[in-house]
Amino acid sequence: MERALKRYSPIFILPTFLAFLIGFIIPFAEGLYLSFCKFTTVGNAKWTGIDNYKYVLTDSSFIHSFCFTTAFAVVSIILINVLAFALALLLTRKLKGTNLFRTVFFMPNLIGGIVLGYIWQILINCVLSLVGKPLLALNTTAGYWGMIILMCWQQIGYMMIIYIAGLQNVPDDLIEAARIDGSSTWSTLWRVKIPMVMPSITICVFLTLTNSFKLFDQNLALTAGDPNHLTEMLALNIYNTFYSRAGAQWKGFGQAKAVLFCILVIVLSMIQLRATRSKEVQQ
Amino acid sequence: MKKRTARINMVWTVLLSILSLLYIYPIIMILLNSLKENTSITTSGAFQLPTAENFAGLANYVDAIMSKGFLQSLLYSLVITITSVAAILIFCSMCAWFITRVRWKLSKVLYFLFVFSMVVPFQMVMFTLSQTADMLKLNTPWNIWVIYLGFGAGLAVFMFTGFMKSIPLEVEEASMIDGCNPLQTFFLIDFPMLKPTIVSVGILQAMWVWNDYLLPTLVLDIKKYKTIPMLIQYFRGSYGKVEMGPMMACIMLTVIPIVIVYLLGQKHIIKGVAAGAVKG
Repeated sequence: MERALKRYSPIFILPTFLAFLIGFIIPFAEGLYLSFCKFTTVGNAKWTGIDNYKYVLTDSSFIHSFCFTTAFAVVSIILINVLAFALALLLTRKLKGTNLFRTVFFMPNLIGGIVLGYIWQILINCVLSLVGKPLLALNTTAGYWGMIILMCWQQIGYMMIIYIAGLQNVPDDLIEAARIDGSSTWSTLWRVKIPMVMPSITICVFLTLTNSFKLFDQNLALTAGDPNHLTEMLALNIYNTFYSRAGAQWKGFGQAKAVLFCILVIVLSMIQLRATRSKEVQQ
Repeated sequence: MKKRTARINMVWTVLLSILSLLYIYPIIMILLNSLKENTSITTSGAFQLPTAENFAGLANYVDAIMSKGFLQSLLYSLVITITSVAAILIFCSMCAWFITRVRWKLSKVLYFLFVFSMVVPFQMVMFTLSQTADMLKLNTPWNIWVIYLGFGAGLAVFMFTGFMKSIPLEVEEASMIDGCNPLQTFFLIDFPMLKPTIVSVGILQAMWVWNDYLLPTLVLDIKKYKTIPMLIQYFRGSYGKVEMGPMMACIMLTVIPIVIVYLLGQKHIIKGVAAGAVKG
């Protein structure tokens, strides 16, 4: 059968492969190369070695946005996962209205980041003006917490669904056995349920980690980096370096930042996958 | 004991009901504001209900549809989403089948690259990708699907191969012996069996393409074509006073169809998301 298939390989592989070449491989390779160049379009690149990287690593706005993104990611990963898991526990208790709650909590996830950002901008600005504090455009603290609230609102439902699926796969007799052996609800949770849903935890932490670091739309719509780039996360910082600066050197800086950003996301997700995978138990 | 559990459950139900109301409040708030007159929408008054004086009925909606180009954007968003998702489903499932069934070195290399592309942030390729798209004239709503196929291939191929491994080879061999060529085997035998995965992949990709903002902004000519997220961002980007009324109407016009589709297909959507995560 393999031989017959091989004759058909162009039909099966080529469409996806060509699109993948155009949409990912070529831009990725070019991007890697251009990060060592000075350029304004792909055509006029001049090799400058590691100059771009040297500048970028001393660029205070980039370092600030790295710290801001990290502070945002840590808090939002913990909050989203803890709250989503708690909701999943509640919604697997056969309460009345479980389906309705699940429907409501998942819904914000379907609305895009730009729209969500504006909805929350209107809401948060209204609260701020009622309590007499500066609006989002001038208020870094509100921008930071606003983004965390927005991210929770959007992602909790999604992670909840994954945790519910995980909890439903825990065999009932296992929980029953723990109960008969005199295990309290609390220790059943920690010793039986959580180890059994470890694969779900791996996935959810992975998704929240990469989503938080790559966050762009919500950041752009809610604060747009205001005030004075103080709430600018990495993705938006790179975008602004590319598109809102005049001068021939900025595109190269932007591309170098993008390469560092890419390495950061890859390394972080590999560390995380290894750390949580090692805690998974075989069923 | 039972009575106590029942009472605790009751408390939780009440608390969750309150939380649900808070959860949908932001959307309700936009809905109420979109019914106010444009000039009477203020920052601090967003919580107030529309009153008899400033109730504008559907005027903002009419404005958004008639003069702000909402229908055009809706059309572009629909065209892009439908063509991209269709292309991803057909071509990526074919590619995934080939990769799982033919054990070439190339198959392994491709699979690794697809998985790798899922982790890479878009900023890494955004500049070069938009230049490549311009050069190849892939910058209209009618052919931007090629780029979405390339960029969405990672997740789709990954999920399809995960399921493909569980389809028994014997069925395919039998159909080949009966005289089907590989194309017929794939589309008549495997494709129907893939239905649950096709639904999952379709939903996840549709959610991504429909809401995507940055890729179409960089690739499409913004003066000619605006997708819905671009239109909403454009409202604020245009200098001068932001017209809050039509903007909120636009937000509602974007949210309402999503909610309707969700309520109609929520079983599939929630199942699709859960299945996608387990495979991921």
